[in-house]
Amino acid sequence: MNMYIPPEYEVVRDNSRCIECRVCERQCANEVHKYDGDLKAMISDSTKCVNCHRCVCLCPTHALKIVKSEDTYRQNANWGAQTMNEVYRQANSGGVLLSSMGNPNDYPVYFNKILVNASQVTNPSIDPLREPMETQVFLGKKEVEIKRDISGRIVDTLSPQLSLKMPVMFSAMSYGSISYNAHEALARAAEELGIYYNTGEGGLHKDFYKYGKNTIVQVASGRFGVHAQYLEAAAAIEIKMGQGAKPGIGGHLPGMKISDDVSRTRMIPKGVDAISPAPHHDIYSIEDLRQLIYTLKEATDYKKPIIVKVAAVHNVAAIASGIARSGADIIAIDGFRGGSGATPTRIRDNVGIPIELALAQVDERLRQEGIRENVSIVVAGSIHSSADVVKAIALGADACYIGTAALLALGCHLCRSCHTGKCNWGIATQRPDLVKRLNPDIGYKRLVNLLTAWNHEIQEMMGGMGINSIEALRSNRLMLRGVGLNETELRILGIHHAGESM
Amino acid sequence: MKYVIIGNSVAATACIEGIRSVDKEGEITVISAENRAAYGRPLISYILLGRISEENADYRPKEFYEKNKVNVMLGRRAVKIDRGKKAVLLEGGGEVFYDKLLVSTGSRPFVPPMDGLDKVKDKFSFMTFDDMKNLGRALSKQKRVLVLGAGLIGLKCVEGIADKVKSVTVVDLAPRILSSVLDEGGSAIVQKFLEEKGVGFILGDSVSGFEENRARLKSGKEIPFDILVLAVGVRPEVSLVKDAGGEVNRGVAVNERMCTSLPDIYAAGDCAEGYDKSVRANRVLAILPNAAFQGRCAGINMAGGEDIFGGGTPLNSLGFFDLHIMTAGVYEGEFIEDISAQNYKKLFIKEGRLVGFIIIGDIKNVGIYTSLVREGTPLDKLDWRIMSKCPLLCAYPAKERDEKLNKGV
Amino acid sequence: MKKIYVKENRCLGCRLCEWECMFANSGLDAMFKLKGKQGEILPRIRVEDNPEDIHFAVNCRHCKQAICVKSCIAGALSKTDEGMVVINKDKCVGCFTCVLVCPYGAIMPAAGGKAAQKCMLCTDNDRGEPNCVKYCPNGAIVFEEREI
Repeated sequence: MNMYIPPEYEVVRDNSRCIECRVCERQCANEVHKYDGDLKAMISDSTKCVNCHRCVCLCPTHALKIVKSEDTYRQNANWGAQTMNEVYRQANSGGVLLSSMGNPNDYPVYFNKILVNASQVTNPSIDPLREPMETQVFLGKKEVEIKRDISGRIVDTLSPQLSLKMPVMFSAMSYGSISYNAHEALARAAEELGIYYNTGEGGLHKDFYKYGKNTIVQVASGRFGVHAQYLEAAAAIEIKMGQGAKPGIGGHLPGMKISDDVSRTRMIPKGVDAISPAPHHDIYSIEDLRQLIYTLKEATDYKKPIIVKVAAVHNVAAIASGIARSGADIIAIDGFRGGSGATPTRIRDNVGIPIELALAQVDERLRQEGIRENVSIVVAGSIHSSADVVKAIALGADACYIGTAALLALGCHLCRSCHTGKCNWGIATQRPDLVKRLNPDIGYKRLVNLLTAWNHEIQEMMGGMGINSIEALRSNRLMLRGVGLNETELRILGIHHAGESM
Repeated sequence: MKYVIIGNSVAATACIEGIRSVDKEGEITVISAENRAAYGRPLISYILLGRISEENADYRPKEFYEKNKVNVMLGRRAVKIDRGKKAVLLEGGGEVFYDKLLVSTGSRPFVPPMDGLDKVKDKFSFMTFDDMKNLGRALSKQKRVLVLGAGLIGLKCVEGIADKVKSVTVVDLAPRILSSVLDEGGSAIVQKFLEEKGVGFILGDSVSGFEENRARLKSGKEIPFDILVLAVGVRPEVSLVKDAGGEVNRGVAVNERMCTSLPDIYAAGDCAEGYDKSVRANRVLAILPNAAFQGRCAGINMAGGEDIFGGGTPLNSLGFFDLHIMTAGVYEGEFIEDISAQNYKKLFIKEGRLVGFIIIGDIKNVGIYTSLVREGTPLDKLDWRIMSKCPLLCAYPAKERDEKLNKGV
Repeated sequence: MKKIYVKENRCLGCRLCEWECMFANSGLDAMFKLKGKQGEILPRIRVEDNPEDIHFAVNCRHCKQAICVKSCIAGALSKTDEGMVVINKDKCVGCFTCVLVCPYGAIMPAAGGKAAQKCMLCTDNDRGEPNCVKYCPNGAIVFEEREI
């Protein structure tokens, strides 16, 4: 027998405002709303509601709201309602709990405990509206030594670089986990912004080859959709070793999301679950990784930077040190808050470490070992705002990946039900009627708006510090101070506490 | 250039607009037997009904004639076309010279000879504004009205007067009402509807004679009445062209430029035999849209422009109280029907095309069917399962939908 | 002339356009006041849905050679100098010949059935711009000048 689990949220309809236009009914893929002919009124079934706010946003008379249910179990500081419900659900189903998006639990957000410096009197700040303010960055291995030929001319030994107009990119989200329209929006925004988006491990849809110069293609453990043209189309290739939302485990795209197009793009059968193994079965060491890196470089004539993406785990600094010596051009580190289209809840909520700490340690370790310039560092896993970008760069990153923030710009309301495939916002779904809801013409513009705004803010903050280029901010930890952090946290972050001078 | 137009209704107005689309300066003269600016003839029943005021009944805004520099001769009847002088002779003397002439004289009521008709005091036709005014003055709650003719004109008149008189009885020789517009099933529905509104019908019978306020029918029945409305039928008004030696059949013969057999003389509207796509032949198609299209075509050609009248299609949109009837085309070939208590729908299909329909009740989007009839669209080019149920653009293939909704039309 | 065009591949069939049309032409100051007024105000835009999950809105195309204008028995329909097809409701008698001839199903009986109604691009209310376009949540209805 299935235990009844009361809904966490309730749909509340103000019937004095409801005009029975039935927009809510038509727009809810979860079939929460329905017009009742007998009552001549709209009725709602809160047990089906995932709290995605689609109906709330589209209700033309604002007659709807969704509130936290007051129905609670007996108060218990130890056994919370969610914890109890999860037990009930597992007792009902016998299955592994699935979740989506990033870890929502109450762990510290270190970015929120770090404050940024500004110039006063003795070191003038810079007005970005009047002075040049460089937010362009280049990702890739930098040459420390300058080589000259016999006639004294500089020999160009620079490895291939990615050039970003601002230090932000869209992180890997596969076609399959998100929709065609979401991909189109990301690709077009990347093109317009002069940055990059990332295919994830779902291959590259034939329609999007034209955005190749702004595309990073991924080679993951499932090797879905990887072929010569795919590698050739891209600006860079990312080897995905791990993902912040699910370090140590593979991926699982349910068969129902493998539509015709997804199947063609991934080069796998339609309707069959797509399993990405936990490890790459050919990589058990840095040496193995190096082989794959050079295989890919060889395949693309050494013209494209290779990124190695890992989840932030306890030994991330040592792992990064290995990667920096493996021939990779860029290391991407995904923190424990990183998102996912479907992940076992226990993994998402209990595995990995915060990106701020991982980043600080990786940057520090590579510097100590004198190999920091071997690689660029890109960080991911809940970059919430331009301020987080500034702080990440000051902690040692070259650029950031954003995933969730981009999806929010496209309409995502973080209902965290991606794994159901019924995304009412047309993002994490392959149902054509739902995909349609994300108009890429609107979506791409919103992404461009978001990052244009961020870039302005980054320039403002840099100017305030008297810094006029991203280069000068990178690893400039003197610009950061911690608040409410203990000695250990400050030491790991490599920053002083607020109030401490240099 | 001197343009003269005989008649002042829809074809005449459209002709003025047609001429002015080509020639902004030429002199235009309209000779109108009636005493007022152009109005849509079918409006007269609505004026009686109170649906529209007399002031609003003008077909074009007040400034129309001035703006288009038209000299309108109201209350003057043309009696002869003198081809030698290229002049129109007027009743009571006077002549108007033309370079190009349009005859848009419409039709006149046809009254079969009936014994004692001349003794009937209150008898009216129902064609013109004046007819309507005269009839309107005679109406009162005490009066019994006898309408001869259960066609469009007769029944629209009935609608207009029904609640102003004591009783209305309609007599028609045909065994059913609206026999030129509807099929048997449709006629029956409309008849039942009108009977429920209190209208009496005597069908398959005709008046053999009148004795003052009594009509004697062929069947022997006698009907007492106070007011007689004659709506038996109409005939195209072709005498001017006929007398001038022009080719006339039932209506004035015209080519695809609306030119008659006589040089510089054009005809348009209810008096003309233009091309009818539905029967692939020229015939009188006395419906208002047809007059508008023909008049415009004539005007353009008169002014030296180039326009071809592609042909009309029979169309009828009728309302009786709150019952709506729409028909188009011809009732030939196979048909599919969808008949319920509220609605009557028959679609006629021939050679894979929709050639006609009768729809009573639910008139939503009916124009989509009409366009299929008018354009002769092959039905295998669209999703007939959808279209046959309900006229919807989504039955068209995506490409055509896109043409319709996203291109200039 | 700027006209309304629809993007079928963007239309969700939510029918907000129909409601926004009714609201714009209702004279009401708040949309929720449409409550209970079903049937008293009818939309001048209509959404079609087909079983293959295709949706699109249809309203007046403002045809260059507008057959409704030519067919109107009362002269109630006319074209403005800019090319907009307008209806004078004081002149309309509700014969619905326009409904019979419009190839788009874009003109329809107004509430009460005594006259026809059609989209006049919100020039006949206080909106100033087509309300359906403004409030389409997915950019499926656009108001633009097209060189076609």
